[in-house]
Amino acid sequence: MDSASEQLKQAEIDEYDQLVKKIEPKPPVVKNCIWAFVVGGLICAFGQLLINFLMSNGLNQSDAGSGTSVILIFLATLFTGLGLYDELGKYAGAGSIVPITGFANAIVASAMEFRREGYIFGVGARIFSVAGPTLVFGFTVAVLVGLLKIIFTS
Amino acid sequence: MSKKQGQQTIVFTSPPLISSWASLVGPKEGQGPWGEDFDQVLDDYLYDEQTWEKAESKMLREAVKQAISKRYYQPSEIELLISGDLLNQIVSANYAARELSIPFLGMYGACSTMAESMLTAAMAVDGGFFSRVVAAVSSHHYTAERQFRTPIEQGVQKSATSQWTATAAGAVLLEAVPGGNPRITSATIGQVIDMGQSDAANMGSAMAPAAVKTIKAHFDDLNRSPDYYDLIVTGDLGKVGMALAQELFIKEGLLPQPNYSDCGVLLYNDRQDVNSGGSGCGSSAAMLCGPLLKKMSEGKINKLLLVATGALMSPTTSFQGETIPSIAHAVALENI
Repeated sequence: MDSASEQLKQAEIDEYDQLVKKIEPKPPVVKNCIWAFVVGGLICAFGQLLINFLMSNGLNQSDAGSGTSVILIFLATLFTGLGLYDELGKYAGAGSIVPITGFANAIVASAMEFRREGYIFGVGARIFSVAGPTLVFGFTVAVLVGLLKIIFTS
Repeated sequence: MSKKQGQQTIVFTSPPLISSWASLVGPKEGQGPWGEDFDQVLDDYLYDEQTWEKAESKMLREAVKQAISKRYYQPSEIELLISGDLLNQIVSANYAARELSIPFLGMYGACSTMAESMLTAAMAVDGGFFSRVVAAVSSHHYTAERQFRTPIEQGVQKSATSQWTATAAGAVLLEAVPGGNPRITSATIGQVIDMGQSDAANMGSAMAPAAVKTIKAHFDDLNRSPDYYDLIVTGDLGKVGMALAQELFIKEGLLPQPNYSDCGVLLYNDRQDVNSGGSGCGSSAAMLCGPLLKKMSEGKINKLLLVATGALMSPTTSFQGETIPSIAHAVALENI
């Protein structure tokens, strides 16, 4: 009896799920991809221009790369503070999230959001609330790859 | 004699009068189609406060004050305040009540809180316990975003099914007095319904079955047909949820009438970038305490069924993979 009514309930849920899938608007995948490609590409092309500029002014490749990261992070932070980066993100999606500027945006947006709860329990505790997982798994993978390198090259 | 009729509906023997009401909305809501109909449109989202939470609480407090001052009452003359909002520990309502010094009952029904508060207030009045009761709710876009979603300045892409939490507060004053309109004549208390939807960015589809089930129960309990009402509005299903509700109406044998709409769809116009529509306690509160009660007082609407809908999940349960339980309560307002 119980299992029969459970089955009936499950059938009702499945049927409703089909209805939801039929009615909910489909995400505009092609449009989103084009936006992400163009904006993400422009950010990266701008980064490359910065590297070229810094190298032509005498920095070596490694230093020019670091300098470029610093400049991009500064600009993303500035535009987040001015309330413009989220407007870009609305259209660009992954295009403005994946580059280093998106990472800076996630951290600064969290810091701005929680500053009213104070510097310790607000900004300090919540600044990595969005970017935290990236750091945790980034560090974890870095350590694992490092271990693998030691094991297989020694 | 019991005032309960059928399974879930109560019929008031001395229908409480909605003697006054007030609404405060944010700038975006003021730019929507009904800007003229609200008592106050704020210039900015902080409302001269330091935090959004304080701003929301102030909006709620001011809505209550404006509603009672329209009848020339002092807050001390109000016997009971029934109020709630979306925030953890319903802080907007608690902090508003701290300033008002009115005996207070806090409510939480997520976005259904307006109907929940109104039907509880109507029971308190019709039951003869109180003769002047205020029901009020609020929601604020920026307090809700930070509690339920992502930081404001983070560049994220919203899906077309997502909804925009309304910045709005609404209050109604119920009185046990003879004469006058509109009155709360009956109410249907909803069950918590979960149809297995788990996408927190698509709450309309989670809530639509609850809304339809409550509406069906209301008609069954009272032996009414949908054309009894001039207008049936759900609280915040949005475009997606409203389309689903219309499909479910057909399934239940209730023909979707031209007199059915949704506050979340009505509150904004198409150019306002709200995706599926408005949401939050403020969605139904703003539409009710703004244009809808105004139209009732002008006699343009005489029978209104407000069905406020609430999604009862929290970010914690969402992260734990739980589905979204939903509720809807119906309140019938009539000029009699």
